[in-house]
Amino acid sequence: MKRRPTWKNATIVSSLAVAALILAVFCLSLGSVSIPIRDVVLSLVGMNGEGSDLIITQFRLPRIVAALLIGAALAVSGSLLQGVIRNPLASPDLLGVTGGASVAVVAFMTAFTSYSIHYVPIIAIAGAFAAASVNYSFAWKKGVTPSRLVLIGIGISTAMSALTMFLLLSGPAYLAAQVLNWMTGSLYGTNWSYIKAIWPWIVALIPLSLLYAKELDIQALGEETAIGLGSRLQMSRMVAMLLSVALAGVAVGIAGTISFIGLLAPHMARKLVGNRYGIVIPTAALIGAIVLLLADLAGRMLFLPLDIPAGVFTAGVGAPFFLYLLFRRKRPGA
Amino acid sequence: MQSRRRKWKWIGLAVGCAILLLGMLASVLFGLQQFGLRDIWLAYTQFDGSNEHLIVTTTRVPRALIAAAVGASLAVAGAIMQVLTKNPIASPSLLGINSGAVLFIVIGLALTGSSLPMSSMIWIALGGAAITSLFVYTLSMQGGGGFEPIKLTLAGAAVAAFASSVTSGIMLIHKHSLETALLWMIGSVSGRELGHLLFVLPYLCVGWLLAMLIAGSLNVLALGDDNAKSLGQRLTLIRAASALAVVLLAGSSVAAAGPIAFVGLIVPHLCRYAVGSDHRWLLPYSALTGAILLVAADLAARFVLMPKEVPVGVATALIGVPFLIFVARRRKS
Repeated sequence: MKRRPTWKNATIVSSLAVAALILAVFCLSLGSVSIPIRDVVLSLVGMNGEGSDLIITQFRLPRIVAALLIGAALAVSGSLLQGVIRNPLASPDLLGVTGGASVAVVAFMTAFTSYSIHYVPIIAIAGAFAAASVNYSFAWKKGVTPSRLVLIGIGISTAMSALTMFLLLSGPAYLAAQVLNWMTGSLYGTNWSYIKAIWPWIVALIPLSLLYAKELDIQALGEETAIGLGSRLQMSRMVAMLLSVALAGVAVGIAGTISFIGLLAPHMARKLVGNRYGIVIPTAALIGAIVLLLADLAGRMLFLPLDIPAGVFTAGVGAPFFLYLLFRRKRPGA
Repeated sequence: MQSRRRKWKWIGLAVGCAILLLGMLASVLFGLQQFGLRDIWLAYTQFDGSNEHLIVTTTRVPRALIAAAVGASLAVAGAIMQVLTKNPIASPSLLGINSGAVLFIVIGLALTGSSLPMSSMIWIALGGAAITSLFVYTLSMQGGGGFEPIKLTLAGAAVAAFASSVTSGIMLIHKHSLETALLWMIGSVSGRELGHLLFVLPYLCVGWLLAMLIAGSLNVLALGDDNAKSLGQRLTLIRAASALAVVLLAGSSVAAAGPIAFVGLIVPHLCRYAVGSDHRWLLPYSALTGAILLVAADLAARFVLMPKEVPVGVATALIGVPFLIFVARRRKS
């Protein structure tokens, strides 16, 4: 395996970071009311005295921060999971995270008709953890193996979506519309109180995942080799999965089920910077953030005055880029 | 020993056939309205146009037949797909078949203003499935190094996601096409006519035949490319034939019954547990088990929330998931 030059990967990561920032500023200026970039920058440093300040700091900024955080969280969650499961089709959905969150939210909405919307994130996160732990304990038989996890994961997530459908059908009709909207994954109505609740988690969990990057590289060599190299396989599998579930759970709690990023952002990162998780994880995080930002922008702008859930556009924005990366001709030395 | 095991496998197939026939009979007899054997006989010999006879001939019998045909096809397609991509969680929809079919249907509905006769919907779905999977397959041959399972897998996943994204976009703009499309997008074996099945039956038959013809070669393909090549198998041909079989089987299924997930993914695993990974046995067993699972699920779907019916996918999960977990835990890894 040829190692890519470090400076090259560093360039890629830093240019992605710059791209994400520039994009974020553009997203702040674009919307149903277009605001000049100058005012946006002034607002960000707290020196905009005009009326646009309110729109930027109270409406657009929280939403854009949420897109960045959630995109990154989903991408890192997917990277960790693909590292543990060693299956390219692994995504946070496979752990039952998404399915568990959906069931919990639907059940909650059915049971308490006069619910407060503020409980929904907590319920979703609880559901995600419950489903993931059911999954893990079914897969446990003197330790978990990737093949058991993956098959049982499919089973649990299918069961969860069947259960969701069942609850929707047996419940009142108006409920279905509400839940379907939540399930597409939207950042509409995100405010600072959500951000305050989630940023410590995401900001803490992503660096923590980086600590496990080396471990995932070793696991990629195969089970025997990993044990031979002194890896505490079960322990590190469990921690990596726990991190993955926590990240995806927080994301699902705020934004509903957003597809594509958890599955394909890690692959995009691998195409750009190679297979070492130490570099794949930050790259994937940035790509996830950019894709969700673009998807949310598309959702806000394309069908004005309608606000389309970002989840509709993640694949629309991300898939063409992914296919380009997958099939671009390999340059010599790249 | 070898011959005795083979004998048991034949017996297993015979028992499976019997269970399938019984299941289909039960599917015709039981539901919101119960019938006796005599009613079926009379409905076909002395059809009198009564409600009962109409239900038997236009609803119950087509339903049982479609469930059996679709279940068998999806399971076989799934088994082939899992070899082709070397991925245990691959399913026929990974070639973009389901999402392609749905996308074309929605485009068709949007262009014509949601007034499409069912017969042209079938054509569109079949065409969409074929075009999308051809696109995915061509993509997987591009880039350096020719065909690689991982490229097929990733290209399939990305194209499928893109197609569903476009589908949702179109459905958002053309709200009026939403209802017809949604109805179709929930995979179901009810509410479809026998004509739909007869329409896709030729493609299904070719698909089944092709699958059985390549069963032996699939065993070699499963060994890995290097081994297969040194054993003198023409890899490109086998892969193309496998993909064609998957498109015929899964494409016809989605055209006849809409997207039905899970059957194609789990049935091969259940059967591998029972008969091992020799595809000459695995494919027929998968076909039978898939048919039984979908017929049983369709029957169960009528009773879970009576008098409402739940989508057959819900019932498939209810019946299939426990078996899947059992097999996953018992399997030696």
